[in-house]
Amino acid sequence: MSDLTKLTLAGARDALKKKEITSTELTGAYLKEMEAAAPLNAYVTVTADKAMEMAKASDAKLAKGEGGPLEGLPLGIKDLYCTKDVLTTACSHILDGFKPAYESTVTANLWRDGAVMLGKLNNDEFAMGSSNETSHYGSVVNPWRRKGSDAKLVPGGSSGGSSAAVAAGLCLAATATDTGGSIRQPAAFTGTVGLKPTYGRCSRWGIVAFASSLDQAGPIGRDVRDTAIMLGSMAGHDEKDTTSVDRAVPDYEAVLGQSIKGLSVGIPKEYRVDGMPGEIDELWTRGIEWLKAAGATVKEVSLPHTKYALPTYYIVAPAECSSNLARYDGVRYGLRVDGHDITDMYEKTRAAGFGAEVRRRVLMGTYVLSAGYYDAYYLKAQKVRSLIARDFAEAFSEVDVLLTPTAPSAAFAIGEKTDDPLSMYLNDVFTVPVNLAGLPGISVPAGLSSDGLPLGLQLIGRTFDEETLLKAAYAIEQAADFKAAPEAWWKA
Amino acid sequence: MSVDQKTVRHIARLARIAVRDDELEALAKELNGILDWVEQLGEVDTSGVEPMTSAVAVAMKMRDDVVAVQNLQAEVTRNAPNSEDGFYVVPKVVE
Amino acid sequence: MTTMVSDFERTMRKREARPEDLIKGQTGDWEIILGLEVHAQVTSNAKLFSASSTKFGAEQNTQVSFVDAAMPGMLPVINRYCVEQAVRTGLGLKAQINLRSVFDRKNYFYPDLPQGYQISQYKHPIVGEGEVVLDMKDGRTVTVGIERLHLEQDAGKSLHDQHPAMSFVDLNRSGVALMEIVSKPDMRSADEARAYVTKLRTILRYLGTCDGNMEEGSLRADVNVSVRKPGTPLGTRCEIKNVNSIRFIGQAIEYEARRQIEILEEGGSISQETRLFDPKTGETRSMRSKEEAHDYRYFPDPDLLPLELLQDDVDAIKASLPELPDEKKARLISEYGLSPYDATVLVGEAARADFFEAVAKGRDAKLAANWVTGDFFGALNREGHSIEETPVTAKQLGELIDLISDGTISGRIAKQVFDSMYKTGRDPAKIVKDEGLQQVTDFGEIEAAIDAVIAANPDKVEQTKVKPQLAAWFVGQIMKSTSGKANPRVVNEILARKLGLSSDG
Repeated sequence: MSDLTKLTLAGARDALKKKEITSTELTGAYLKEMEAAAPLNAYVTVTADKAMEMAKASDAKLAKGEGGPLEGLPLGIKDLYCTKDVLTTACSHILDGFKPAYESTVTANLWRDGAVMLGKLNNDEFAMGSSNETSHYGSVVNPWRRKGSDAKLVPGGSSGGSSAAVAAGLCLAATATDTGGSIRQPAAFTGTVGLKPTYGRCSRWGIVAFASSLDQAGPIGRDVRDTAIMLGSMAGHDEKDTTSVDRAVPDYEAVLGQSIKGLSVGIPKEYRVDGMPGEIDELWTRGIEWLKAAGATVKEVSLPHTKYALPTYYIVAPAECSSNLARYDGVRYGLRVDGHDITDMYEKTRAAGFGAEVRRRVLMGTYVLSAGYYDAYYLKAQKVRSLIARDFAEAFSEVDVLLTPTAPSAAFAIGEKTDDPLSMYLNDVFTVPVNLAGLPGISVPAGLSSDGLPLGLQLIGRTFDEETLLKAAYAIEQAADFKAAPEAWWKA
Repeated sequence: MSVDQKTVRHIARLARIAVRDDELEALAKELNGILDWVEQLGEVDTSGVEPMTSAVAVAMKMRDDVVAVQNLQAEVTRNAPNSEDGFYVVPKVVE
Repeated sequence: MTTMVSDFERTMRKREARPEDLIKGQTGDWEIILGLEVHAQVTSNAKLFSASSTKFGAEQNTQVSFVDAAMPGMLPVINRYCVEQAVRTGLGLKAQINLRSVFDRKNYFYPDLPQGYQISQYKHPIVGEGEVVLDMKDGRTVTVGIERLHLEQDAGKSLHDQHPAMSFVDLNRSGVALMEIVSKPDMRSADEARAYVTKLRTILRYLGTCDGNMEEGSLRADVNVSVRKPGTPLGTRCEIKNVNSIRFIGQAIEYEARRQIEILEEGGSISQETRLFDPKTGETRSMRSKEEAHDYRYFPDPDLLPLELLQDDVDAIKASLPELPDEKKARLISEYGLSPYDATVLVGEAARADFFEAVAKGRDAKLAANWVTGDFFGALNREGHSIEETPVTAKQLGELIDLISDGTISGRIAKQVFDSMYKTGRDPAKIVKDEGLQQVTDFGEIEAAIDAVIAANPDKVEQTKVKPQLAAWFVGQIMKSTSGKANPRVVNEILARKLGLSSDG
């Protein structure tokens, strides 16, 4: 087969089962694509030997008609996931050389099900960013370009390596994480599907923590089916994560194609923000029409505290990160810059080890938790967060899913927003409320901007109702019939 | 509320991040920009509202009192920048 | 837990020191106000949030999981048994059990604190207010309020003497469960502070929730000391950290109170600070590393959900509590007619009280108490034996008392028999038999001895007729001539008859 890397995850799975291809061929093809795609900077570590070894083992199983649901399927892993004996840095200088002696629960689930690891994917340092420009290993370049321009665009963030790799055909699917939009926004920027599951659906154990009450693992894939398959393997209760929830993992793939007739879709009026580009608004309207045409009923709902979600997030997330990142102190792993005493060593190590955005958030978080400010900032934010969650709960007493745009714009140029943290933060205006409330959300590519860049629609579901979410996403995918793909300019 | 350079120095010290004097002004400006923006939460009436403490509404699971971890001395020290004889080694701590 | 203490220290405490507990200064009397924060290591197999062993004395970093070493992505999962131990302790302190409590992060940097924060309970502890009743040497009891008890992680250990410029870090202790037990500032003398720690340790040992071993650091105390003129508002306090013996607690308080009084009398003021006690000099000194103002930035740990308990589970723990020292003491007094002093001595260790009860069962309780608290405890102390190491069993000591009660041996001979029992572990009956120590009760034999003494001392016989109390002299002579084995009752009876005195004389 000539276009091995054009297959979807489901397509490759079926071809492997039918023995039309082997995992070794498939994996080899991906490793070749990855080598050719160095200019995209999607991978920070390539584990070629390990990949081929795993592929061979999968082929042996497949040959006997055995193997798990992901047997022989090559995946990319966000560098936030700890992978045993494989460099894991969260794309931070401070984790220089760190090779964990353990495997994250989610990746262990993938290997249990037979998947093959191609390597570790670039991301914003400690997942703090919306453009993948804060990585210690440099920006990832979006495989998409504006029509008639060769300006380098961001792939979104923080899972920019994951979204770029899936869009450019450098893996069948990728793991990602989402704290404020880090799966959905990059998916929207690259014409891929990004699924952020309910908080507690996937174990956080072994994933480098950014903001513990918001972080959630999820997949980025080529289509809805691929993300459904991925989630089926990634999800599940884990005794090692107290916040992971003990409930059965349904067959997510089975719901795809089921009718959405009678499904009640809410349109939150507060998401119609000032300054939103007309083409995003039009895309949203098209999405509404598609769902109506598929038999859904659509009604306007209100989420009155929406405008407070971002400021709430920018108190809660930095507060948690300032504490979560305290362990990077130069004592037990990673970077150490010597000092004349212990405090000097700490201060030098952390100054050299953290990039500007991480430093900014750690300082911000330290400030909002400090004596005299806790009540005014942190406690206040957690109260507003309760109100935001309550808004969603009320909306979901009327409707089954919510439909919104994923991001207020298409992908922007590298360097365009780096000088203004606030304008960067505004990228997550539609995705952040979902994390604050712990809900599942998915971004589906739905059209192109006038510049020829992909745009995404977001569906938000009830807690642990990923099935309804996927069903509706699949309906949008069918209606949108998004077939556009970036030209492989990086191979030139 | 506004952050001055002295406050930036103090919180950088609490966070154990070395900051050069010539960085203080820019950092103070950045933090103030963000703080001014989050001030808008003041508009929200939160009287009688409980702060959100967890994103999942389930009872916390507990572990049994069983030792299930064996000697991991090599594994927990293998990434250390400086270790000796199974100890982590750090610049002298004065009490 | 500095801030919590200051919160309740601000409230005026009712208790006033007794005049004899006041310290005399140049400018008059001073009252000492004491509050203690005791860190008690929870008795458990595994750590509070990980499955590593808590065993004492292992090689460095061999009981450290990835969670304890704060590797990236690691998460805490709470040990149910440690929670139950905290509830058990709370119930033992007659305290309020909070069915909902919250774990917070206390953020600070230290090499033996791998996470960069300690998981503790700040605003919502698992146990609220309770009390401990102190039994003072003079028989008084003093009630000390418990402010709260919460669960938290222990830190690791830094060794500073291995290298001139470097410290060595061992995380074996990192993550071991501690109960921090915070008293109200209800104590007014070093004696009371010592009695408090002693009693608290006794209660914890009865409950089996902490082994109370201060040498191994299972029990440490932070002592908050302030002084004031009686009736005036509370003074500024200093916290003496990590005092690890009951004797040192007393020394540290006495030194610190005098230091503060001296400063105040010279017109100075006390600055609130953390101090260390140096057992070598008997002095306290300011801790350099703690000079920097602390700002622990507590906030609820987002990796852990609130800890919710069911009343049924608490009730089940309550139903399984052992008899505690205060109840045992009251029972020993009412059931055995013991003096409060004897009862207090006995309940200090559950095993001692059990020993006593085994001895006293079906016997003269007062005699049993005298033997157990007197000769028996005296021998244990002298030989440095714990009650578990006793060479004399309760059964044997009971048999010895039986031999006294049935007149086989006298009390004086019994002491001799006991010494032999303690040395050899032999049964008392066997010792008495082998060494021919039984009392002579044979009338003929005793009468002969009496006749011999009377015959040899006719002048004394005459004098006794005038002064009957001289009969005691005859008794002494007769006991001497029978090597103490003559039954004194029989001697008295026959002697009275022979001298013409009434035998009950």
